[in-house]
Amino acid sequence: MSLLEWFLDPAHWSGADGIPMQIGVHLFYSAVALALSLLFAVPLGIYIGFTGKGEGIVAGIANALRALPTLGLLVLLFLLLSPVVPGQLVYGIPTVIVLVLLAVPPILTGTYAGIQAADTEAVNAARGMGYSQVQILWFVQLPCALPLLLSGVRSSTLQIVSTATVAAYLGLQGLGRFILDGRAQGDFSQMAAGAILLAALALILELAFIAVGRLIVSPGLQRTTRAPRKIVPTTATAAIRLTAS
Amino acid sequence: MKKLIAISALAAASLLALSGCSGGDPLASAGAGTGSSGDQVIIGSADFTESQLIASIYSEALQAAGVDVKEQFNIGSREVYMEALQDGSIDLIPEYSGALLKYLDTSSTASTTDDVLAELATQLPTGTSLLDHSLAEDKDVLAVTSDTAAKYDLEKISDLAPVAAELSLGGPPEWKTRVNGVIGLVDVYGINFREFVSLDAGGPLTMTALTSGQIQVGDIFSTDPGVTDNDLVVLEDDKSLFAAENVVPVITTAKLDSTIAETLNAVSAQLTTKDLIRMNSEASSGTNLAEIAIAWLTDADLI
Repeated sequence: MSLLEWFLDPAHWSGADGIPMQIGVHLFYSAVALALSLLFAVPLGIYIGFTGKGEGIVAGIANALRALPTLGLLVLLFLLLSPVVPGQLVYGIPTVIVLVLLAVPPILTGTYAGIQAADTEAVNAARGMGYSQVQILWFVQLPCALPLLLSGVRSSTLQIVSTATVAAYLGLQGLGRFILDGRAQGDFSQMAAGAILLAALALILELAFIAVGRLIVSPGLQRTTRAPRKIVPTTATAAIRLTAS
Repeated sequence: MKKLIAISALAAASLLALSGCSGGDPLASAGAGTGSSGDQVIIGSADFTESQLIASIYSEALQAAGVDVKEQFNIGSREVYMEALQDGSIDLIPEYSGALLKYLDTSSTASTTDDVLAELATQLPTGTSLLDHSLAEDKDVLAVTSDTAAKYDLEKISDLAPVAAELSLGGPPEWKTRVNGVIGLVDVYGINFREFVSLDAGGPLTMTALTSGQIQVGDIFSTDPGVTDNDLVVLEDDKSLFAAENVVPVITTAKLDSTIAETLNAVSAQLTTKDLIRMNSEASSGTNLAEIAIAWLTDADLI
């Protein structure tokens, strides 16, 4: 069966293991992992950025954890948790843990680096206007940190979505099913279809994040590339330009 | 810039060195081309412990019988060593009947021990022969914990049919679409499990999920030491869904003489699946394979 035929087969578009369902399940794990990462990394990042304490240690540990091989960690966690965690959670918990470990460092780094990089003139101006430390954090530093924070969240999301395929290794659903089952069953159309769907999903999310960034980041902080205003070419400006260059 | 040149020179040099390493044919030392000289029998094995273990048993038994042998173990997959057997790089290798038959004839549906061996005899490459098969088998089996077996009164796979709706089955992902897997369980046995969980092929995931109760029925290998360690009950395949995988020596016919045939047939007559489980377990704890082989042969009164 060719790749196109695989995609056109209506059987692959419905049911508990059809494409829409697998995308849904995939996004569900990804969303859970991302939410947990945000809950953990953003407050910690704010604390580090605000106080300047623990940057080396926390960031170092987070980055070191990131170097752990995901699949190995997944199997290890499963073997460790299996005797103590009952029911279906034993497949889900290891999956979410390995995804969170991958996703925390970029968000953490983005948050504290964003706060530290907030324009000191803006911070000083706010202080001069009588803002308290907390107000400065909330109204100046955090909005200034938003572009970096969001880019951290964006790269975390891509990491999570692409790595959530490992869920299939523990028998869970998701787009990884197509890839893993396709390989095991020698059905390479299915395998390629899984990879294509995953890449498409990642691209869509990437675009969504760009849109979200446009919406919530203060216009003054956006690095938009506006087309330079056109200069009507006259002989005079051309001459000036020539001499200038 | 000088540094860059130095680095690339170093990289090129190490690449050359590496390619020098990989250029050697691992079988070349066995005298490929010339084949084994005279009466020497070169024993090969696949690249996993059990195959090497059985090959060690053959080797020690033949040496004790005064045969000149050479060990050329850990060759690779069936695709590689069957080729080596035909070109004379090796002369003898332990095989599994069902898997070898599937390799030689992918359309074969033989499943019982006798059917598989009878078909295998007709499919063997010319110049090679089968000796007697042993009762020892390394095949896919469905296993349950002793608690599950007692609770549902399970002895054979067909006992699962009335209770399967309450049970989850775990196995490798390919089982979902395989006739010798979920499909066959439905078609041949009429067993519909509550769910199928894709795990691994007889590896730690399936074993752990089985012993900790995440799945109630697991596809494992019959010679897995976990069977005895975890007191599992292997369900009898009463409708022969899974092909027999008896251990059987395959030998170059030109090398076969009565001493070799008698020695290896005596080994096959005594080797059992239980023996393989025990020896696999010893091997996984790090005991030398030759030592295990000699101990088994001594116990069996063969040397």
